[in-house]
Amino acid sequence: MNGTMQGEAMASAPRSHKMLSLRKRKRQEAIMGYSFLLPAGLLITLFLILPFGLAFVFGFTRFNLLRPDQIEFRGLENYLFLFTDPLFYRSLYNTLYFTAIVVPVQCGLALMLALLVNQKLRLTNLFRIAYFSPVITSMTVIAILWIYLYNPNDGLINSFLHALGIPKQPFLRSPDQAMNSIILMSVWQAAGYQMMIFLAGLQGIPKELYEAASMDGANRFQQLRYITIPSLYNVIVFVLTITTIQAVKLFTQPYIMTNGGPENTTRTLALFIYQQGFQFRNAGYASAISVVFFIIVVLLSFLLRKLLRDR
Amino acid sequence: MSDRKYAAFLYAANAVMTLLFITPLLWMVVSSLKPETHIFADLNSIKALLPSSVTLDNYIKAFHRIPMMKYLFNSLFYVTVICISGLVVNSLCGYALAKLQFKGRDMLLSGVIALMIVPFESIIMPLYFIVNTLGWVDTWLALIVPFVGNCFSIFMFRQFFMDVPNEILEASAIDGSSPMKTFVRIVVPLSGPVFTTVFILTFITHWGDFLWPILVTTGEKLRTVQLGIQTFFTLPPVYYGQIMATLTFTTLPIVILFLFLQRYYIEGITHTGVKG
Repeated sequence: MNGTMQGEAMASAPRSHKMLSLRKRKRQEAIMGYSFLLPAGLLITLFLILPFGLAFVFGFTRFNLLRPDQIEFRGLENYLFLFTDPLFYRSLYNTLYFTAIVVPVQCGLALMLALLVNQKLRLTNLFRIAYFSPVITSMTVIAILWIYLYNPNDGLINSFLHALGIPKQPFLRSPDQAMNSIILMSVWQAAGYQMMIFLAGLQGIPKELYEAASMDGANRFQQLRYITIPSLYNVIVFVLTITTIQAVKLFTQPYIMTNGGPENTTRTLALFIYQQGFQFRNAGYASAISVVFFIIVVLLSFLLRKLLRDR
Repeated sequence: MSDRKYAAFLYAANAVMTLLFITPLLWMVVSSLKPETHIFADLNSIKALLPSSVTLDNYIKAFHRIPMMKYLFNSLFYVTVICISGLVVNSLCGYALAKLQFKGRDMLLSGVIALMIVPFESIIMPLYFIVNTLGWVDTWLALIVPFVGNCFSIFMFRQFFMDVPNEILEASAIDGSSPMKTFVRIVVPLSGPVFTTVFILTFITHWGDFLWPILVTTGEKLRTVQLGIQTFFTLPPVYYGQIMATLTFTTLPIVILFLFLQRYYIEGITHTGVKG
């Protein structure tokens, strides 16, 4: 490397001094470039890339997290067990169920809210903040709060239902209602986030399009159908993708509210990884689930892109 | 539908949705300020959402039972350190990827983008293994160091620095400034918005940290505010008012931060959204 650099420098010697200093400066710039990258690069290598690689390695082993010296190589044992483990299938089903409901409902609601606050009304800012306020509240606070809202005896929601003459519901205590209760809360918590993205998209649509359409006699619904939705297409694709990736990672809500129960109806893949790895200390098995989990996340986001891009 | 009718429809729809959206948080704040008996007496009517006799009793009693101030300090400390050191490390990296010429730059950029998809949950086992091997469990290092380097922040910085005009940088270089000097003296002062945006995005993300602190902190010493409230609500005797007081208290710092930096936070969300 040094040799070629010198060779180049000599070849350009007959030319001006400026060329030489330019070359030197380029080399300096490259050195600076690498040193600017170094701190972040080192941290990311050690705490993101290395554990990512280790997950694949650990997936083929069996060991107790606290006794890594007793690690045993077990080949495909974890994966073979995984595909016969009913708890894995249950967690996978729960995760996909949550995702399949939350993504369309939350994105649909977010788009509706964005349309509601895209007008210059006097109280628009207040409405926006109301929809956005659950987003900045931490999930721990929200999950604990909603345990009390969902309380079967004296929760706020049951008091409200009671006032309407509807019988009290068990919510989180019932295998039939627990996951749907978590879904309702999660949609409420995060819709404001997607709303903000849609709102920015809506404000990027040229006003002339709407003016032209209303001159042609298009009503508001037709404007939505033929101008708003097509103009937002890329934003919708983006929002669906990030919401899907978010939804698949569901953990904090079931951890705090139900611990996977009742009858495993709210155990998700992320919770399953945690329980296997840290409660039962099966580090190898938990790593194998992590690998499968990662593959599912990648597959889902590719699938979504492919489905939505090819139109 | 005429414009006036449409406006009326929008007001009505917004009013209903706003009521639905703020009810839970409003009930939390209002209940935290009420005597315990009032909370239950008011449950069946609209009074549940209105403050009756305002008192800080719940806060005082809850703070006697658990050291909320200490938990708050712990969280403020480690989250702030993550944010500040993250700004330094990730802005340098983002600048190199945006404006400096060197071999392999485009490949590294693709690497940063690809790594953004790796979910934290899928690396948590081996990450714990590494942190444990380093002997960091139950130290600040475990809470802070793994999260300083952040691909998402690097990408945000890179996108912002791309728009800095090259002429300014070249002029500074011709004046004999090194890239470091150019970055600190010229680029950083121009980039207040992106630093603020990355700061608040990082802060709100890590303020909500839950899974990782459960794993790497065991005792009271480093207990974060999120773990504090989680422990408190399972600690008998259960009083609604006191629990709501701790929840409200935990949310206050974020509300204050949001009030000041709202614009930057929302820009952070929408910028990635519309460009991505």
